[in-house]
Order: sequence, then structure tokens, then C-alpha cells
Amino acid sequence: MDINTIRHIERPPSAADVTHWREGLAWLSGGTWLFSEPQPALDTLIDLRAFDWPALAVSADGLDIAATARIADLDKLVFPKEWTAGPLLSLCCRALLMSFKIAHEASVGGNICMSLPAGAMISLSTALEGTYTLWPRDAEPRTVAAIDFVTGNRANVLAPGELLRSIHLPASALTKRFAFRRSSLTHLGRSAALLIGTSGPDGDLLLTITASTFHPVQLRFGPSPSAVDVRRAIDAAIPQDGYFDDVNGLPAYRRHLTYHFAEEIRAELAGSGAVA
Amino acid sequence: MNYSIDGHSFSAEPRAGQCLRTFLRDRGVFGVKKGCDQGDCGACTVWVDGSPIHSCLMPAFRAAGREVTTIQGLAKGNELHPTQQAFLDAQAFQCGYCSAGMIMTIASLDEEQLADLPRNLKGNLCRCTGYGAIHDAINGVVNVSEDVAGGACGASLPNPFGPGIVTGHARYTMDLEVADLTYLKVLRSSHPHARIVSIDRTAAMAVPGVLEVFTWEDVPRRLYSTATHEDHLVDPDDTYILDDVVRFVGQKVAAVLAETEAAAEAGCRALVVEYEQLPAVFDPELAMAPEAPVLHRKGGEAHGNVFAEIGGEVGSVAKGFAEADAIHERTYSTSRVQHVHLETHGTIAWRGADGRIHVRTSSQAPFIAHEKLVYLFGLRPSELHVFTERVGGGFGGKQEMLTEDLCVLALLKTGRPVKWEFTREEQFIGASTRHQMTTHVKLGAKFDGTLTAIQIRVVSNTGAYGGHASETLAASLASPMSAYRCVNKRANGYVVYTNMVPGGGFRGYGASQSTFAIECAMDDLAKLLKIDPFALRRRNMVTADDWIEAVWSEASDVDFGSYGLDQCMDLVENALATGERRPKPEGENWLEGTGIALAMLESGPPTEHRSGAVMELLPDGRFHLAVGSTEMGNGSVTSHRQLAASVLGSRAEDIDIINADTDKAPFDTGTFASTGTVVAGQAVTLTATALRQNILSYVARITQSKIEDWKMEGGAVVSGDQRISLAELRATGTAAGHRFQAKRKAYLSPRTVAFNVHGIRLAVHRVTGDIEILQSVHAADIGRLINPMQCRGQINGSIIMGLGWALTEHMDYDDTGHMKNAALRNYRIPSFADAPRNEIMFADTYDTIGPLGAKAQGECAINPIAPAISNALFNATGVRFATLPFTPDRIFDRLQGVS
Repeated sequence: MDINTIRHIERPPSAADVTHWREGLAWLSGGTWLFSEPQPALDTLIDLRAFDWPALAVSADGLDIAATARIADLDKLVFPKEWTAGPLLSLCCRALLMSFKIAHEASVGGNICMSLPAGAMISLSTALEGTYTLWPRDAEPRTVAAIDFVTGNRANVLAPGELLRSIHLPASALTKRFAFRRSSLTHLGRSAALLIGTSGPDGDLLLTITASTFHPVQLRFGPSPSAVDVRRAIDAAIPQDGYFDDVNGLPAYRRHLTYHFAEEIRAELAGSGAVA
Repeated sequence: MNYSIDGHSFSAEPRAGQCLRTFLRDRGVFGVKKGCDQGDCGACTVWVDGSPIHSCLMPAFRAAGREVTTIQGLAKGNELHPTQQAFLDAQAFQCGYCSAGMIMTIASLDEEQLADLPRNLKGNLCRCTGYGAIHDAINGVVNVSEDVAGGACGASLPNPFGPGIVTGHARYTMDLEVADLTYLKVLRSSHPHARIVSIDRTAAMAVPGVLEVFTWEDVPRRLYSTATHEDHLVDPDDTYILDDVVRFVGQKVAAVLAETEAAAEAGCRALVVEYEQLPAVFDPELAMAPEAPVLHRKGGEAHGNVFAEIGGEVGSVAKGFAEADAIHERTYSTSRVQHVHLETHGTIAWRGADGRIHVRTSSQAPFIAHEKLVYLFGLRPSELHVFTERVGGGFGGKQEMLTEDLCVLALLKTGRPVKWEFTREEQFIGASTRHQMTTHVKLGAKFDGTLTAIQIRVVSNTGAYGGHASETLAASLASPMSAYRCVNKRANGYVVYTNMVPGGGFRGYGASQSTFAIECAMDDLAKLLKIDPFALRRRNMVTADDWIEAVWSEASDVDFGSYGLDQCMDLVENALATGERRPKPEGENWLEGTGIALAMLESGPPTEHRSGAVMELLPDGRFHLAVGSTEMGNGSVTSHRQLAASVLGSRAEDIDIINADTDKAPFDTGTFASTGTVVAGQAVTLTATALRQNILSYVARITQSKIEDWKMEGGAVVSGDQRISLAELRATGTAAGHRFQAKRKAYLSPRTVAFNVHGIRLAVHRVTGDIEILQSVHAADIGRLINPMQCRGQINGSIIMGLGWALTEHMDYDDTGHMKNAALRNYRIPSFADAPRNEIMFADTYDTIGPLGAKAQGECAINPIAPAISNALFNATGVRFATLPFTPDRIFDRLQGVS
């Protein structure tokens, strides 16, 4: 929709040119959320695409994703075959309510910075042990672990004006085995729960719980955890009121799915580990 | 900035925050539609450099220097794109409002994407078709048949506006350029119940571009109802255009008129309103308590918040329950839902060169809107013209006057043209909904299944205003109680004011709600008696030899013009046993079950309903038909031409038609309550018959022969080997002073009845609560099919709308009456991914009451859907889910441990 309060679009040559942050400014990436609701507090949008950041870079270290990379581009990425967890890229790109047409414009960074519980780019980057490079307005760039970025429903660690520059997914995580579970109240709808497990050569388990909770929850287990281990760890990590509540899933349901999917993931990775 | 749109290059500077959608429409590219303006519905889909995007979400400046293709630029000259042609061949639209975006999306899909339609079409919502005909278009299915003179009735003829729809040139309500236009926006209440102490308009008036602010002090202090009916007395006069008391979150507080939408919005934000908050009540049972705050003091306050109480009894249910071998009793509850017609409410009003007021609006009842506007503003009827062009869906939502009044108010104040278009959020918080009803059912039966007593108690929540309240309540006590034969029946209903968004007309209109309850209860009773659900229904269902009776013993004007319920039952039973189905998903946690439900619906409302038509033979031998009824995707324009053509021995193409226009067509109450065929269609049939009589009697007179010798055939009158073309006849006759015209009116009495039976086979996951529809079969007894393709389309749409009610749609409120999900991304109407293919069958009946054998069919198919789903869940799990909707999170806890 028209954002009728916007008076200016700024297209500076680089982020460093934006020195004075104030209320009323917002970074514009794909715009697919900004333009979907009235934004009465905003008067100026600063166009991130003006910076022309290369979208995706595959290297021996892993995958670097510019915050402005389009979700559709990530979905289509042809990744090295040794990245056993590579299919998660597409699985997560398609774990969104949004149409493929929205994914043509929506950015990976935008999905992360929205910090909705069901933000599947958060699920992806957290499960793959990603790190984010953040550019504060008047300080040196900093790095945060993906798991530490989102702090609640639509809340994160970004300071006013601070920019998510890029996401790094390490090769060490991309070469793990994985299991993926997601559920939504309608077909291909918004996630009520999205859980991902990864497992390294020693058969450990890294369980990432998203969508069902206000922010991602990550649980590390040693080799071959038992069902009871996983259940107890979830009990300990997520309080009864720690499950998200909205029309896309009642908290009790999200909790129920979390236990159910966690056990399915544990069993799947344990099973295939035994085969390997 | 340089733009290229559909091959036209130009320079323009969009506003900073402007999206591509409005940038295109500002340049007259009206083919690009607004369904939600939030990226959820896909109606605004265009291509940018060949890639489909939602133009409502793209900043306009980003399209600069790129190639933009809209639906209007998809065809190469006169050669349609294959997808456009496929949409025409399959008639993959009803109202056609979603078609532009749907076509632009489908036309962009590659082979791989076409192989996964649920995923790739989930971003395009259609509320009319149920996606069946769209799927047909993708598969290259041709649904249309040839238009043969004399053979129009019963043929699957295409919508005459189809070419305009698929090319983006069909004009919907807002698709009009108006010079000197002003824009209206309203501030809505954030309180559920409050008195407005003051409204300071100073800051708002200071916003550049703001022209006027209207508050309750600026409107005629006349009470009325936004609901439209022929009989104005059936709806309470409980509403002011703007009021000093707000009774629900979302009620209009003040209106701002400005030079731009942006200024009008800014003006609304700048209004300073002081409220005195009043106690609020949301639950109808609590609202009936003596201590509840009373919402209205307009004459009915002696009854507190109970707006209407309706009851009746035939026989004695006390006696019937005493005679019963088994009694089943339970409370069933249906949810509030929104119509989600893709075109939101909207009106454009202006004063014409003729000095009169012209109101172009998105309405199912332009003639009643005309009457209401005349009343509210003290106008002379002849001063006012109300009309529709194409209306983008209704489903009962536009059986209201919601936007016309303030537009006329603003026009009268400034003299300038004015436009007001609802946002999608306003559709949820400021329009109408299906009445939430809770129904307690008590059934008594003998061991053999014979019913000895049926008793229901219905409590309906009408929200803050009472439009449609008593009529929907009466409907809930009528047809569904008539569907079963039983000597002892009793029903009591209460409809109650609360501080919720108002209820309104909605396809199925009260009957849907109690049908859900009764059909679930019959299934529960079948289980209790260990009788097959088909057998229990067959033992008790009304037959053609029965007296049609709900709970009132006085005679009614409802009669069997035909009867096909028995056929419908057989068709569904057979299809469930033998028809195509998807296999149950793999895994031991999936449980499978089947369920059925039947529904009976009177063809038309018990209140007065009338229509009229005028026909004329044109100089070229074709015909002109003017009929008052509205076309909003229901197909009446197509079927009315077919009825007329059938009578006149012509092709449907030979009938020009104009409708829904208070200047150009005779009075019509409105297209609602399933009257498009049985009342307006009756008017068309009577008029065509009169014109036929006019023509044949004239030719008989001038040829000095008998009228019986002549027939009309393909643009001529024929008698033996004598053949006179209609053009020649008209020329001769007109020269001699003969007038080839006819006008007739139709009323609705008697009323026939239609039947629908639905069967569902589903699988439910006992851990996650996920539901997969494996088979969906429907049989309808709607008399002769005027247009079989359209009948299937309407039924497909009804089924999927019913499925949405049962499975996906949920208006979610906090405890202060604020809706938490007033957007399509969170209020989920079924998408392609949610919609099963439906097998649709018809009873072979010919109605003796409806026109040319037809019965009403726009509404009735929705009624058995939700109970069939509940019954299938019950069959699969042994658990009765009695409260809509059955989203996985609301059913999973009762499935744990089920085997």
C-alpha cells in the first residue's frame, strides 16, 4: 500500500554516509513488510539496494548472504554437494507463508530483522550456527551469533539505526546431517512450529526450536541423546509461558508440537546415524 | 524517472512512499486490482522485467527503468495470451476481480512450478470459484458450450463480460477516472463502548489538503439500519451515520474529506477525541443478564439487549421426549466469519451535468440504497441515481449500505466528487460478519430411529447493531427445522446486542448455523442408536408427501415445486462408496473417516422481495433487457440472458443487458437471499414471455393468421415456410405505430425448496490435528440447471467457503473486543493449497414454481459442508467437535490417545 507518511527516499552511496540516525527513518530492503502496513511513525526510507551488496558468496568457509539477498535467490542457490545440510536453504525459503512472488522481492535480512517467531530465515541461520555482521551507526561493526539476535516477538538486539549487513553460515554446520519439521494450521501457511536438528560426525544433536517460541531456542546434546534427555532439556529451557500465542497456533499446541517434532528429529537423526 | 508500462514509455515522479499498484492505477491502468493492499491476495500481480510481483508491495520508484507488464498488456494486440484464452474457455472466474492477478501469476509459471500448484498459487486468493474452474483452466479444460438459438437454457454459456475480465478492461466500482475528486477516510473507535465527549477538529482542519471534518453533529439525526431489505421494518432503526456513542471497536467516529487519501488519513490521525468509556459486554449470554450494560435505548430497552425473541412449537416436545427410547442433547457453536469479497466496499459519488447526484457503488441492493439515501438526506427520489457496474463479490456482505451515506453527505457539503474505498482491515473491523450462533439441540427417537421430538434453542450474537438480526434468527429456526418430519418440534431463538462488530447477511443466512447444529446432532443420535447416518436421515427426512413445517402451525407459502432430496442422498452415498479419492497419507497416526450432512433451504426469503424487467426488440432484430438485479459474481447476467433467449428462441448473445441501475432498470429489491434466479429470473422470464406474445400476436395480426401458427426461431418469426426476420418485422411494425416492448414484475410467492447433501472423507492426524480432505462429494437438488457450468461454479465456491468456515477462518479477539488478526495473512480464507477438488452431482428435477424449472442455488450448498466435516471427524476419531473452527490447535488435545 502507499505509505503516505513517507516524504523522502534516500539512496546514499554507502551505509557509512548515513551518520545521523533519528526517529522517522527506516532502512528499506525488499519493502514487502514495510509496504504491507501503514507506517505512521516513518517519514524517510533509506534504500539498502543502493549499496549493491553481492547477494550470495559460496566459499570453503561456508555461505555468506548479504542482508539484501532476495529469498528467491537463496532458494535457487546451487550449493556444493558436500553441504549435506544444503537442502535446508530451500526448505526454509519455502517454509514461509509468503508467495514465491513476494520472495522475488523480500530479503533474507528483512525476514530476520522482522524477528517474527515464524521467520524461517531466523530458523535457517540459527540452526546452521550462523553469525550476523551488524553495522551500528556510530561504532565499529560487530558480530552476533544468530541464536542471540532475536529476543522476542518482533524484538531483537539491533540498536536504532543499526544495520544487519550479512549472514555467515559456516561450512562446519552446512556439512552436518539434518532433520526438518514444520507445521502450520493451514496448508503451506505460517509456521506454528519449525524445528531443525543437525548432527555432526560424532552423532551429537543440535536442536533448534523456532516459530513455537517467542525467540529461537537452541539445545545441544552429546552423541545419541535419549528421548528423555531431549524432553527434559526442553522442559528446562522453555517455561510454560514461553510458547508464542497468536491466531496461527495456541500456545499449548505449539508446545505439543515442539515435543513431538523434537522427538521425531532425535529419532530420525539417531536412526540415520546408525545406518551411516 | 522513466517508466515503461505495457509497452508505453513515459516519465513520471511517483510519490516517495507510493507503491507500484497505485502508481499504475493513477495512470488509468485499472486492470491492476486492490484486494488487500498488503501482499496477501495477489490481485495486484504484475510482471517487472518478466518476473511476477505483488505491485502493492513494490515501491513505485523501483519499477523505474524496468519493463512493467500488467494484465492489460498481456495480450498481443487482439491475440489473447494462452492463459487468458484458457480462462475464457474454462470460465475460470465468477466476479472476476481476482482474475487479473491470477492470470498474471499462472502465465508466469514454468513447468516445474506448474507441477506444484498449491505452492505456486497460494499467493492468489479467490473467494468465488473454490479454485475448481481455475484448475480447469490450467489443465486446458473447455467448460463453455456453444450458444445456439433456442438452446440457451441449460447450456454452459460464458459470461458476456469474460473478455473484459481476462484482459483487465472490465470496470469494477473503483475503476473510474473522475476529475476534481476528493477522498474520504474515517477515524474508527478503539473502544468497544464509549460516549464521545468531544472531538477537536482544529489540528485536522489544519492539515494541508483537508477540506471537511464530519462528526455526529454534522449528520442528519435520523435513525436507520445499514441492512437492506424490501421491508424496512424487519431491521431495527438503531444506527446513525455518525453517532455520539460508539458500540464496537471499529465503529466510525468521524470522517475526514481531503484533496488526497494521504491528507484524509493525516486528518484522521490529527483528530483529538475525548471518550467517556462505558461498560462493555461481548458474550450474548452475559448480555442477557439483568446487570449487563444496555447498548441501545431506542424503544426496545425494556427487553435489555435482547433485540428479538422468536419461538414456536408444533405438537408437544414434552410428550415426544417422554415417548422417546433415546435422547441426545448437546450444544453446538458456530463462529463469526467475514465474507472476504475480494473487492472491498466502496463508493464514488458526484453531481452530474444533469444536476443530479450519481452514486456508483459496490452493492447488492442499489435500489434499497437509493431509498435509504433519499430518506436520510431528504432528497427527492428523482434527484438521485444509484448504480453498480461490475461488483467484485458480495456473499451477503454488500446487502448493507456502508459507504454510500458518507459519500453523499460529503458531496452535498462540498459539491465535489468524492470517493471512499474500504481498506481490507476495515472489512474486518468495520463491515459485517456472519452472526455467531450457539445452538442447543435435543433430539428424541425410538430405537428404530424415528424421531419423536426435535428441540433447539438458538442464541445469536448480532453485535452492536441489529441489521439482519431477526431475519437470520428466523431463518435458523425455519428451513433446518423443516428438513425432518416429526410431529413434535420446538424452537426458541434469541438475538442479542453485544459490543462486537455487527452481524449481517452472509450466504446461508442463519440456516447455515442451525444446520450445523442439527446435522451434527443427527450424527450423534445415529451413533447413540447404532444406526447408519444415511439410514437415520432417510427414516426421518422430509418427503414430497409431507407438509412442510418448521415450528409454526400456520400455513406458509413454502411448497415443493420439486423434490430431489432422495436422489441427492443416493448420489452422495454412491459417490462416497465408489468415487475417486486421494489415498490416506502414510503413517499410523492418520485416522480416516467419512461424514455426511443434508440441508434444506427455501428458495428466497419469507419477507417481501420483488423485481422487474423491461425488454425491447431492437432495430437489428436483437433484444435489450433491463433488469434491476445486481451481478456480483453470482452469474445472474449470464443466466438472465439465457432465460430470455430461451423464451425468445434466440441466442444469449442476442440479448443486450443492463442491470442494477436505478435510472435504467426497473426496481429490484436486491440480489440476496437466493433471489437472482427465482425472483429477478422470474421477472426476466415473464417479460420475455410478454414480449414474445407481443411479437407473435403482431405478426399474426398483420398476416391474418393464428398466433399458434407462429414461433420465434433464431432472429425470425416462422410459420411453416414463411419466415420474417425480426429486424424486418420491427421496421414494419414500428412504422405502423406498433411498440415491441414489454415490462413485467415478479414477486416471491410461493417459494420452492432446494436440497443439498454433502459427503466428506478425510484423514486426521491424531498427534498434530492436521486434516486432509480425501474426498468431497456434493449433490444438489436445484431444479433445472439454467447454466450447468455456473451452477457447478457456485457450488464449488460454496463448498470451499464452507470448508474455510470449518477449517481455516477464525476472527480472533482480545478481551477488550479488538480483533487480533484483521488481515488476510492471519485471517486465512482457503487458498488453492487448502481446496480439494469437489465432485458435484445434480438431482434430476424440474421445478414447477421457479422460472423454467430452476430453483435457487447461490447459498444452499454451503449449509451441509461444516457439519459433514464434523461428522467425518467424529467418524474417524469418535470425538465430537461441536465448536467451529476445527483448526489443528483447537482439536489436537482431544485427539491424543484416540485410536
